[in-house]
Amino acid sequence: MKQEYDVIVVGGGPAGLAAALSARQNGAESVLLLERQADLGGILNQCIHNGFGLHYFKQELTGPEYAERFVDELKKSDIEVLTGTMVLELDLSERRTVYAINPQRGYLELRAKAIVLAMGCRERTRGAIGIPGSRPAGVFTAGAAQLYMNLEGDRVGSRVVILGSGDIGLIMARRLTLEGAKVLGVYEVMPYSGGLMRNIVQCLNDYDIPLHLSHTITEIRGDKRVEQVVVQKVDENRVPIPGTEEVLDCDTVLLSVGLIPENELSRQAGLEIDPRTNGPVVYENMETSTPGIFACGNVAHVHDLVDFVTAESQRAGKSAALCSKSGSPSEEGMLRLKNGFGVGYTVPQKIRPQGVEKSVDVFFRANQIFRGARIMVKSGETRIASYPREHIAPGEMEKITLPLALLKKAENGELTVSIEKEE
Amino acid sequence: MTELVCIVCPKGCRLHVDEKNGYKVTGNSCPRGEVYGKKELIAPTRTVTSTVKIRGASIARVPVKTDREIPKKDIFAAMRLLDGITLQAPVHVGDIVVPNLLGLGVNFVVTRSLAKVSDAG
Repeated sequence: MKQEYDVIVVGGGPAGLAAALSARQNGAESVLLLERQADLGGILNQCIHNGFGLHYFKQELTGPEYAERFVDELKKSDIEVLTGTMVLELDLSERRTVYAINPQRGYLELRAKAIVLAMGCRERTRGAIGIPGSRPAGVFTAGAAQLYMNLEGDRVGSRVVILGSGDIGLIMARRLTLEGAKVLGVYEVMPYSGGLMRNIVQCLNDYDIPLHLSHTITEIRGDKRVEQVVVQKVDENRVPIPGTEEVLDCDTVLLSVGLIPENELSRQAGLEIDPRTNGPVVYENMETSTPGIFACGNVAHVHDLVDFVTAESQRAGKSAALCSKSGSPSEEGMLRLKNGFGVGYTVPQKIRPQGVEKSVDVFFRANQIFRGARIMVKSGETRIASYPREHIAPGEMEKITLPLALLKKAENGELTVSIEKEE
Repeated sequence: MTELVCIVCPKGCRLHVDEKNGYKVTGNSCPRGEVYGKKELIAPTRTVTSTVKIRGASIARVPVKTDREIPKKDIFAAMRLLDGITLQAPVHVGDIVVPNLLGLGVNFVVTRSLAKVSDAG
């Protein structure tokens, strides 16, 4: 095994797979992919439902099928793969070194000309949202329950309450119902759903599972196992309204209350982190604040669709390959993207026109629901571009494409993306 | 007129289906939305995904799906067909698990290839 590579990719989920393949296809001569688990594919392996690949493969696949297509391609390539390998630390100084540990090879010290971070994200837990009550067994994050059911074949519960309307929670509501459990309802603290509309239709409505918006769990009761939860309506400030308490008999609570990019390595390595995305600040080519270090997929910002993760990660892999040959694009004419009214964040956060071929895709999430709206891109008061949308919701990531020609119209090195209601 | 959210892709177009006008679909942004809108009101169908037991692989369950959509009303009957099935590794994507389920001309097929592992039960 080599000690030095053109590109090292950390994480073998959908982002890492696409980045590694793209790096190799775009001129990186030696590529190494490091994965903590025994198998490649990441979270796709437990996402046995269909709906993946409609954009990228133009057909509807399940998660494992989507992953397998990339794994098969990887097997045909000369990309080196180390599974069961945990990256412990990154040294992003001139030495650019990845320190990792592997059960067969022991402690590894690997150097790279460029590194792609593709560690994905983690689920927010009960501790993170602070649900009061006792601490019985039977409280799971939706993704943990999904792993127990779909990979290990465990039954996680028979009377289930789901808190949060994230996509994994909705998918699990259907999955549990199909396997004979009773899902009493999905309770969402916000006045809108956090998941895709299509999942509300095919996972909840199809099985008559009620979605209660502006509701939360205010107490979990139980000694050894969950016995009851108290649900309560909340006001516009998300404060529980006294007198609206309802007690539900159940043995299981699933939490689908948000995902957080997994950036322990990035933080430790000193990358600039955007508090809005909880991911590294990235340029147009997915390069982070440290030259030669790239980030893509859910480690950069949480996506709804794996197809977009693939596209973004291919961009990161290609950029890493280019960077390993000829360095990073120049900062000349660099633009900062700001989020204006209605917009929670943008990715990328910075654009170097020198690094843009024809156009740059900008992803963002709205922070409220709009019906009949216009996405506006402005530089100061000058309108650069506008994109009409019938419907914009926080649960559904938006994408706009900014052509290079329009970027050149920007003044003062700044662009603002905002949403305007149509009159 | 019925209002629907299209579930063909994650875009979630808001469809209007006019039952009195030959189930004419508006609000769709692709031809598949039109097909969905009509079908959803006349005879709704879904792909069903689940898992079955597997022996000799690195994990205890292998994922499966119906290789085409089946009528919505048959979903639970289809699920029951998977009870009691145990596959033996190796398996490959596309291997048929239940052929011609419920006489619908649709098969349950494997959606993840799993190699045989020597030390697994």
